[in-house]
Amino acid sequence: MDATSIGWLALPLAILGGAIRVSTPFIFVSIGELITEKSGRINLGLEGTLMLGAMAGYAISYLSGSPWLGVLSAGLAGMAFGFLHGLLCSVKRVNDTAIGISLIVLGTGLAFFLGKPLIEPKAPPLPSIALGFWSSVPQVRAALDVNALFFVGIALAFAVYVFLNRTGCGLMLRTVGDSEDAARALGFPVLRVRIIATMAGGFLAGIGGSFLSLSYPGSWSEGLSSGQGIMAVALVIFARWRSINALGASLLFGGAGALGPALQGIGVTGYYYLFNAAPYILTLAIMVASTSRAAPFADAPGELKLHR
Amino acid sequence: MSVPQVELKNMTKRFGANLALNNVSLLIRSGTVHALLGENGAGKSTLVKCLVGFYHPDEGHIQVDGREHRLNSPRDADALGIGMVYQHFTLVPSMTVAQNLVVSGARLPAYINWQSELRRLAQVTRKLPFHVPLDVRVSQLSAGEKQKAEIVKQLYLGRKLLILDEPTSVLTPAEADEVLGHVRSLTRAGELSAILISHKFHEVRRFADDVTVLRRGASVRTGPVADLTDDALAEAMIGEPVSKMVQHAPKSPPKSDIILSVRDLCVNGDNGLPAVKDLSLEVRAAEVVGIAGVSGNGQLEFVEAMMGQRDRSGTMTVSGSPFNGTRREIARLGVYGLPQEPLKNACIDRMSLAENLALRNFDRVPLCRGIAMNYGALAEQAERLVAQFRVKAPGLNASMSALSGGNVQRAVLARELTQDVRLLVASNPTFGLDFVACEETYRRIVEARNRGTAVLLISEDLDELLGLVDRVLVMSAGRIVYEVSADGADKRVIGKYMAGMKAA
Ligand SMILES: Nc1ncnc2c1ncn2[C@@H]1O[C@H](COP(=O)(O)OP(=O)(O)OP(=O)(O)O)[C@@H](O)[C@H]1O
Ligand SMILES: [Mg+2]
Repeated sequence: MDATSIGWLALPLAILGGAIRVSTPFIFVSIGELITEKSGRINLGLEGTLMLGAMAGYAISYLSGSPWLGVLSAGLAGMAFGFLHGLLCSVKRVNDTAIGISLIVLGTGLAFFLGKPLIEPKAPPLPSIALGFWSSVPQVRAALDVNALFFVGIALAFAVYVFLNRTGCGLMLRTVGDSEDAARALGFPVLRVRIIATMAGGFLAGIGGSFLSLSYPGSWSEGLSSGQGIMAVALVIFARWRSINALGASLLFGGAGALGPALQGIGVTGYYYLFNAAPYILTLAIMVASTSRAAPFADAPGELKLHR
Repeated sequence: MSVPQVELKNMTKRFGANLALNNVSLLIRSGTVHALLGENGAGKSTLVKCLVGFYHPDEGHIQVDGREHRLNSPRDADALGIGMVYQHFTLVPSMTVAQNLVVSGARLPAYINWQSELRRLAQVTRKLPFHVPLDVRVSQLSAGEKQKAEIVKQLYLGRKLLILDEPTSVLTPAEADEVLGHVRSLTRAGELSAILISHKFHEVRRFADDVTVLRRGASVRTGPVADLTDDALAEAMIGEPVSKMVQHAPKSPPKSDIILSVRDLCVNGDNGLPAVKDLSLEVRAAEVVGIAGVSGNGQLEFVEAMMGQRDRSGTMTVSGSPFNGTRREIARLGVYGLPQEPLKNACIDRMSLAENLALRNFDRVPLCRGIAMNYGALAEQAERLVAQFRVKAPGLNASMSALSGGNVQRAVLARELTQDVRLLVASNPTFGLDFVACEETYRRIVEARNRGTAVLLISEDLDELLGLVDRVLVMSAGRIVYEVSADGADKRVIGKYMAGMKAA
């Protein structure tokens, strides 16, 4: 054993580091989706938004040399997509689920098309904060090399909590999402609130995408996303439409997702694919265990119906 | 503080080809209560919805203190101090009462400090003669509490003109007195004018100064309440002299088979606490058993648990077989019912009237052929039921949410009572019905009873119960605390059990 070997401790460290990296895009996308769903609409198109954001972020970072400018433009691209979704769904008898699915295809296709020239060049990545500076063990340093966006994500979860529970606008959003009749009786601009909520959701999903291309894995390729945009929808349900829960769920999901690579890192290579399925199995298990008919989804937005 | 004089002039409103309002004018004198009467579907709700900017009239206008106003949205009405308690609840279910109050304020606060906000709200609501919990989610309130919360909301907003659309259908008579009495005293003190929509003549008589009767969208009678007799009002409503109502003297049933048997039923409420505790009861064939009680004492949970909508412990059998509310059991054992808030709990509001009427039997011949629906038979059934129960609707294909409140009720009754019913469980079956429809419903329940149906009737209206049932049970705090046969029933004693146990 050499000095840097820390034996089995490497496993939890690798999981921790992986959890932070893997969960960051989930935090952004799931909280974005949560805001949208709280307005009574579901945006399934976030997978496409995510890819578009990843591509846009990478492109602008490469062209301007500033990764933060890349993040911003990823958000703006996502917001434009959210606006499109919001607008299309405001037309009578248009179904938000169907629009969402078509936006997945459109977003991914657009990202692939515009991103073709970006596969080769190297864009400046997002800086990370070396929280492991105090340690000389490389595994510790690697695990605690945390991207700034992660902290933004955590702050975001709490900010959204405050927004939904302690601001007038947040209550208005919840009213619109929970009962259109009530919102109309109070004279709230239902459509406008929904469009803005979908735009906010798109903005965050775009940022989540930029994390993929600018931090981890940190390059642009067509296989960049492994379905984070879709999983985020499930995470929101899993989190019972509460932002702090969504943060926890993203971390849990990230940690479980890091299990396979972490085990591989310390030399356990058997069952690699099985371990990779861990997040999904975990999610299912917790879902089943925590669902009860006696206490139904108290925070589920009432207007979130799959028909219409 | 001045209370404005509000006048509606020549209001006309069409929904497609359906003329809901036909040139209606209405004057609400400052500081008075103006009652609106009319059959189900007469246009009462439509008229007041125009007044709060929820609907836009095709013709006519609104004058406040002689000045003409256009109301494009409820926000405009809000600015004029006009507010309304809707017939169907419009509180946000997943938010607490306090959050609902804050979100309905004219100006949305940027940041809410809940501690000081709750203190402020408690101060405002303490002055009211009735109590509503502030930090409970609306979805966990009983219908009566929701109604009171709606009224609290309007009073909290400091309305000058308060519109109440059938506010008392879900309140007990005592609660109704409290609420309307308070509104009345506010108008007397010159702080408020009010419009009261009601189907109950005695309420109109006690609490209103003026009354206007609508019939088929037109104003047919208007004047001070004192100048009009009940018969005159009733005649104006239906357009012909009223025949004397039949009395349904309860008759003790012969010792017949037990249809419904419930043993040691325990049910938890939404908050996880026990709502129904060790409840046991039996209903025999050809017997009407009434459950009296103040709303929120476990009736809702009891009914939901019986129908299989809620987890429960204990046993329930119908005609000797266990009943868990599956579709097959419902059809085989003949268990039908009318829940509270039927638009929400017994209908699918975005489906059409005809489809809603077929919810019980769409999977049986003749409504289905193999796996395909027979739309001809579906329409035919709907036509028959609509005619038989006199449901007034814009059309068979109109969406359920376009029906007036009372007509939703009729439609559900039509669907449920025309099945092969052996056990009927009805919660407040006349909630929101006009007096003609009430009579019809009573008659139908008694007819069903006479055919051998066991009826369990849950109602907060003691007069209604005592006129209909063979036996009364009083439910309080989740238990049956008193039982008496209809002959020996004394309203005061029952009232004491209803209220007395509530305080404990
Ligand atoms: N949104 C709508 N679309 C189409 N028709 C409607 C709509 N709302 C009401 N109507 C029709 O307008 C008429 C008047 O309805 P309204 O709700 O005003 O009756 P109401 O007097 O309040 O009756 P109730 O006592 O049953 O509440 C009814 O025929 C109803 O079917
Ligand atoms: Mg009405």
